Amino acid sequence: MSEKNIDLVIIGGGPAGLAAASAAREAGLQDILILERDNKLGGILNQCIHNGFGLHTFKEELTGPEYAHRYIEKVLEQDIPYALNTMVVDISKDPNSDDKLVMAMNKEDGLFTVRAKAVVLAMGCRERSRGALNIPGYRPAGIYSAGTAQHYVNIEGRMPGKEVVILGSGDIGLIMARRMTLEGAKVKVVAELMPYSGGLKRNIVQCLDDFGIPLKLSHTVVDIKGKERVEGVTIAEVGPDRKPIPGTEEFYSCDTLLLSCGLIPENELSRQLGVQMNPVTSGPSVDERLQTNVPGVFACGNVLHVHDLVDYVSGEAAMAGKNAAAYIAGGCKNSSEAPEVEIKTEGGVRYSVPSTIHMEDMPDTLTVRFRVGDVYRDKNLVVYVDDTQLSKMPKRVMAPGEMEQVILVKKKLEEAGVTKGSKHSLRITIE
Amino acid sequence: MIKELTCIRCPIGCSLQVEMNGDEVVNVTGNNCPRGAEYARKELTAPSRIVTSTVRTIGGERDVVAVKTATDVPKGAMMDVIRALKEVEVQAPVHIGDVVLSDVAGTGVDIVATAENNRRG
Repeated sequence: MSEKNIDLVIIGGGPAGLAAASAAREAGLQDILILERDNKLGGILNQCIHNGFGLHTFKEELTGPEYAHRYIEKVLEQDIPYALNTMVVDISKDPNSDDKLVMAMNKEDGLFTVRAKAVVLAMGCRERSRGALNIPGYRPAGIYSAGTAQHYVNIEGRMPGKEVVILGSGDIGLIMARRMTLEGAKVKVVAELMPYSGGLKRNIVQCLDDFGIPLKLSHTVVDIKGKERVEGVTIAEVGPDRKPIPGTEEFYSCDTLLLSCGLIPENELSRQLGVQMNPVTSGPSVDERLQTNVPGVFACGNVLHVHDLVDYVSGEAAMAGKNAAAYIAGGCKNSSEAPEVEIKTEGGVRYSVPSTIHMEDMPDTLTVRFRVGDVYRDKNLVVYVDDTQLSKMPKRVMAPGEMEQVILVKKKLEEAGVTKGSKHSLRITIE
Repeated sequence: MIKELTCIRCPIGCSLQVEMNGDEVVNVTGNNCPRGAEYARKELTAPSRIVTSTVRTIGGERDVVAVKTATDVPKGAMMDVIRALKEVEVQAPVHIGDVVLSDVAGTGVDIVATAENNRRG
């Protein structure tokens, strides 16, 4: 088995991997390799042909492939090497050095190992499947994740069905409700288990309301009819305990059931490597540099936590790439060991990225992103260092479907007594 | 007549009540900022959308290529645009920005490719 040496290996050539590679090169790093599983760079954006991408980054509304193309062009201009159709099967620590061993395979080279000084994890996420949803009934044809249907329609030009019911109101489900309607299908209903939608407001308006597609909140699929092919589904209302309420069942005939029930970061490789995971995000726990507990291993994009805007992915990934380059330039040593600040989330704030801060490596301002667990109206986002209030921001509305952020100012943390070598907890909460 | 709609200019999503006199917006309430009123006026007098879809491609790496209307078109013309696209077939290679159909469905707006589709083989 052949082995080659590369300074920085980036796992995944989607929006996160591309932005990380480009930023690492801009930071002066020469030796970079992107490993991509698909036959094209760009990741999931290639099948997201709707518009609305890039409002923050480019100040214009692009479609997914157009947004991806801008980063692909940049990577090509920077002459950054990449390998397509290449699947990474394992990442491990070299027992005799600080290097990471990335094992991958493709048709041309077979199985090979890349010895890397640093790795950026940018594998993205995967859709929650039927198996994870516990829907009773047979296993007929006609049940797809919304993203699979999106691939069929937008990449292969084929329609998966004519009469559709969608379970879950995640953004891909909403987008596919419109897409399949435009292509001639009848989308009968979107059922959402929660009392609120997990999708962006503009998608509910422009993908459902525009076409008169009903959204049934607090509803779920309780039965799937059909043995060979889906013939229909039964939907029932659920109570506050999310259990179906007897007597509320309603039957919808359909040949297709799309599932849009959440995304899960794809972290099998991270786990094998011994990366410490955050149970809330199912992504790695990272510090202010987006470095995991394994030195030299950074994470960004949807493998770290699921985003709703690709603009934020690109920004986050650029930071990971830049920090990976700095790690290599600094001789693969971290300047500080134990973090001074541990970020704790309370009162409806579910998690934070990052979750720890080393003061020495903290930039002048640091964006901390998170999601809330419920819909909150007219509340404040409050940040404390130990018992001192650092900031208080009034929020008209916060919802689980829209990522929130606070910006920490290094000077303010120092004024609050956070100095090198000390120990503090920073709390983000809703009041 | 009062019409109800949800503002989509920001994540707050204000529920707007819009007082209409025929086709004219008389008054907007429920909005927290001026953008809500502007949205309601536009949405109820001249709503428009950018339409995205795919068209068939001959000889490409993929059988379809993603396209969009170069600018927004009247919301009411959305289905006409989609119907017109069903009749379109382009020859690979197709590059981002290529005009694949001019003046779609009499809207005066061109359809442009939003993805690359190189020649097969």
